[in-house]
Amino acid sequence: MTRAQKIEERFFKLLMILATYFILAILAVIIYSIFEKGIKSISWEMLTQVPQGGYYYGKGGGILNAILGSLALAFGATALAFIIGLPVALYLNVFLIRHKKVISIIRFLLDLVWGIPSIVYGAFGFSLMIFFGLQTSLLAGILTVTLFILPIMIRSMDEILCTVPIGLQEAAYSLGSNKSEIAFKIFTRQSVSGIITAVLLSFGRGIGDAAAVLFTAGYTDHLPNGLLEPVATLPLSIFFQLSSPVPEVQNRAYASALVLTLIILIVSLFSRGLGKRYHKTKINF
Amino acid sequence: MYLLNRAQRHTVNSTWMIISLLLVAFLPFLLFIGLYLKSVLLLHDYSLGDLIFSKTWKPSSGKFGFYPFIVGSIWVTVVAMLITAPVCLLTAIYVTQYTKKYFLRIMHPAIDILAGIPSVVYGLWGILVIVPFISRYLGPWLGIRTMGYSILAAAFVLSIMIIPFVLNILIEIFRSIPTELKEAALSLGATQWQTIKHVLVKKALPGIIAAFGFGLARAFGETMAVLMVVGNVVRLPKSVFDPGYTLPALIANNYGEMLSIPKYDSALMFAALLLLAVSLFFNLVMHFFIVRYNKF
Repeated sequence: MTRAQKIEERFFKLLMILATYFILAILAVIIYSIFEKGIKSISWEMLTQVPQGGYYYGKGGGILNAILGSLALAFGATALAFIIGLPVALYLNVFLIRHKKVISIIRFLLDLVWGIPSIVYGAFGFSLMIFFGLQTSLLAGILTVTLFILPIMIRSMDEILCTVPIGLQEAAYSLGSNKSEIAFKIFTRQSVSGIITAVLLSFGRGIGDAAAVLFTAGYTDHLPNGLLEPVATLPLSIFFQLSSPVPEVQNRAYASALVLTLIILIVSLFSRGLGKRYHKTKINF
Repeated sequence: MYLLNRAQRHTVNSTWMIISLLLVAFLPFLLFIGLYLKSVLLLHDYSLGDLIFSKTWKPSSGKFGFYPFIVGSIWVTVVAMLITAPVCLLTAIYVTQYTKKYFLRIMHPAIDILAGIPSVVYGLWGILVIVPFISRYLGPWLGIRTMGYSILAAAFVLSIMIIPFVLNILIEIFRSIPTELKEAALSLGATQWQTIKHVLVKKALPGIIAAFGFGLARAFGETMAVLMVVGNVVRLPKSVFDPGYTLPALIANNYGEMLSIPKYDSALMFAALLLLAVSLFFNLVMHFFIVRYNKF
């Protein structure tokens, strides 16, 4: 090895180390600045009250409307996406298992849909809303976010379901099960942990996205009270409070961002923990 | 115990599965048709070339030129990729080739957290950290007057946002390269770096290009974070320190007033259609790169 080659190798290795630690450092900086700014301005009042009169000029109140609104929206959308998504993922891996071409086309379509930016879903949801004569509401928000998280949920369930060995399926057939029994009774049980991870991942995506709900969910200072009423969401409350010129209101945006980040961190922690726990029901080969 | 017998349950279950599947499979087409029907009003009055290449944006007097927004989006996306691409490639090589297994176990949660942070929070971080950094330190240091809200700020925030996405694909790709290939190169006397440079990267090239392409498509459509730091000025940017305006930001900023001006809603839906087309196109092309990569 010549000297020049040695220097080249050292140089690139140094660059690689720098790049890796750059990513870790950026993550640390982001988490630090969100926590540092947020903890200063978070209070019990913020978490337990809805905006009072003059809230947006710095008077009292909190963001309970946005917290509950976001949770309701994300729960609704995740539930709906689960009802549509799980059958699709199961259908791919049980019914279509012998049709590799069809499976790969559908997976490809799902990947395409996954890549579509959420603002496009927002715009599409808005035009659907106008078409059906709906107002901005929790329902419209749920439907839009469902479309947005559906490909994420199906693809991550699919990743797990396609690892279920074919032998398990053959054994079930030989005992006289039909296809839908294999799908809903055996495949789901075998992949519980993966399915939970997929659901929580989609929940996190749904609760954090602002562009899809901007058009469709509206905004309100009241608590969510019905599917056809507008609903406040955390990402939008951060966005609106941040664009205010009043420093107190901006501080509340930092606190709201901390709340949203904490919810997402907790959800992702849960998905790791639960994933380990349900290994027991799994048949090992 | 059950309301229906086995055969009936089977019919109900499989019908529901097929309905769901059809819904999902037609989703991209539904999106396309829905947005097209909404923007057809605009396309009826203006030619596609006019809309894309005209520079004036005055909805109140019926002038819809998307050129500044398209240029703004391209600037932001390309600068973001210039930051993301080398960082991700170097990191992916480092964690798959040089480090022990436990290091990946630290990296994975870090990547997951980066991927999980919502875009509004990234935007907020951009306003708190990146914008002041550019206006107070980087700008004066280079002798440029800048507000901080600029193409560069948006690109930087965006580059961080797509790092987890691109890095995950790259790590997968480098891990899927068979060890024999590496061993063969090493046994011929190549150093580790030579092996990486001449064997691994060459083998993974279609996959690397695809990863960057997916990242590019994702960056092009990112809305909230970019909207919060890009400055939102309808003007052709001359340098990365100028403020700009992107297509997604245009849609998000104007949804409130779009029903008050004629054809405005149609114009915004056309912007969404453009985004959809760009996203589908990039993902399609990159998909074929991945397919080619898997064939080797």
